[in-house]
Amino acid sequence: MLTVQGINVYYGAIHALKDLSIHVKQGEIVTLIGANGAGKSTLLKTLSGLLKPKTGSIEFLDKWIVNQTVQAIVKEGLIHCPEGRRVFANMSVEENLEMGAYLQVGSSLAADLERVYHIFPRLLERKKQQAGTLSGGEQQMLAMGRALMGHPKLLLLDEPSMGLAPLLVQDIFRIIKEVNDAGTTVLLVEQNAHQALRIADRAYVLETGRVVLEGDAKELADSDEIQMAYLGH
Amino acid sequence: MEYFIQQLINGISVGSIYALIALGYTMVYGIIKLINFAHGDVFMVGSFIGLYSAKYLAAAGLPPVVVLLLSLIISMTISACLGISIERLAYKPLRKSTRIAALITAIGVSFLLEYTGVLILGPQAKGFPDIMDKKQVHLFGSSIQVESNQIMILLTTIILMLVLQYIVRYTKTGKAMRAVSFDVEAARLMGINVDRTISATFAIGSALAAAAGVIFGMTYNSVDPLMGVMPGLKAFVAAVLGGIGSIPGALVGGLLLGTVETEISSLGFSSWRDGVAFAVLILILIFRPSGLFGKNVREKV
Ligand SMILES: Nc1ncnc2c1ncn2[C@@H]1O[C@H](COP(=O)(O)OP(=O)(O)OP(=O)(O)O)[C@@H](O)[C@H]1O
Ligand SMILES: [Mg+2]
Repeated sequence: MLTVQGINVYYGAIHALKDLSIHVKQGEIVTLIGANGAGKSTLLKTLSGLLKPKTGSIEFLDKWIVNQTVQAIVKEGLIHCPEGRRVFANMSVEENLEMGAYLQVGSSLAADLERVYHIFPRLLERKKQQAGTLSGGEQQMLAMGRALMGHPKLLLLDEPSMGLAPLLVQDIFRIIKEVNDAGTTVLLVEQNAHQALRIADRAYVLETGRVVLEGDAKELADSDEIQMAYLGH
Repeated sequence: MEYFIQQLINGISVGSIYALIALGYTMVYGIIKLINFAHGDVFMVGSFIGLYSAKYLAAAGLPPVVVLLLSLIISMTISACLGISIERLAYKPLRKSTRIAALITAIGVSFLLEYTGVLILGPQAKGFPDIMDKKQVHLFGSSIQVESNQIMILLTTIILMLVLQYIVRYTKTGKAMRAVSFDVEAARLMGINVDRTISATFAIGSALAAAAGVIFGMTYNSVDPLMGVMPGLKAFVAAVLGGIGSIPGALVGGLLLGTVETEISSLGFSSWRDGVAFAVLILILIFRPSGLFGKNVREKV
């Protein structure tokens, strides 16, 4: 579904992604783990077109997307739910969700809203509330709901469990699994390696802009390196 | 007391002009964080287009209300296109450069419009045709007099404000404008066409300035290529007073400034009129730099 080959991404002189290659197959949950500053968010931003790699290729559903605009990439069904939620605090919950459906023409807005409210009933209760006044957890639900409004074929999630209470973290991971079971492929960036590896099929470990480990999520979870570095055993 | 109310009504008329211009400043600032100093000159262009439209339409024998409506529509449409062009040609190439570069460019565009106006139209003032008869109407049978002109102006302003509210609150473009002004990158991730949204903002702001230009012509009957400078600056003060980036702020700021100015003049300090605006600016910048409506969570655009 997604094939990234040898991309190099720079911020000015900073070489943020180095010859990085990954792939995601239809129906999978693939997780990216790595320390702060490893380049996880940079990779997601490059996939969604916010950043352009200097060299390398990105293929999504058999199309080259490196030179596409963000809008064109969203239209293809690659949807990026960014780090830090980034909800439109000045707009209501429902308006935020409508923005997620900005490019939808074929499907009915009402049906899409219903689908998302069904996944996140809390959002339904608060649909008229300004997004800026939601709690952190509710904002995360809104960010995910907003991304789901765009009918993602591949959903990029950047640290959806960041800053949430343990119970809510469980909820979020359960929902990711449900969304995946319903047919959406997921590329999940997480600090919470333990949880991420539990729901993922495969995983990549990033370190300073490179993939240093990859493989089956269960095997990686059991490997010594991961146990030491990311799971704290 | 009646004199005071009379002046209040005059103040609201002037304030409507400031408010309509201030909206363009504030919306453009909200979306690209640029003080568009050429905005006052778009107001001037709008006024001239209104002048020529009104002249020809009246000469064609159309009834006054139709002349007013058509002049407004023509002037607003052409000015909207002008606004879009200015953004595309002058500001868009600078979107990734420093804010000061864009600001200097805006000042350059302002001079370009002013002196192109002088070149084509000549520096002397031109008379704006009387679209409406200036009948004096007694308000509610009292001795307070209102010009029929002022009633039309007020009506026009109110309708434009309502249309603007509708666009910003309920239309897809309006929602996109609010989203982009809050967080451009997140808006792009929704698939929102940011360029088109910015163009729409310039179009709406410029159309409102053009309407203000027509209203100005109807009120003062005299327009010239440098007429945009003072109202432009005053409207900028109004936008800052209301909280730059805030639509209700621009509205209230404009009306407040117009009223204060008129009351000051009516008390016999007319030479202080322009000074008041800038005193207000300084006071606001010292005591409440975010303006009346600038709160922690700002309703931007
Ligand atoms: N806008 C930027 N300008 C310059 N350098 C940047 C920029 N954004 C990120 N970087 C640098 O690129 C590297 C990778 O950053 P990135 O945000 O991708 O890390 P991350 O893996 O997502 O980290 P975290 O887990 O903290 O979110 C870091 O060294 C960071 O300092
Ligand atoms: Mg990150």
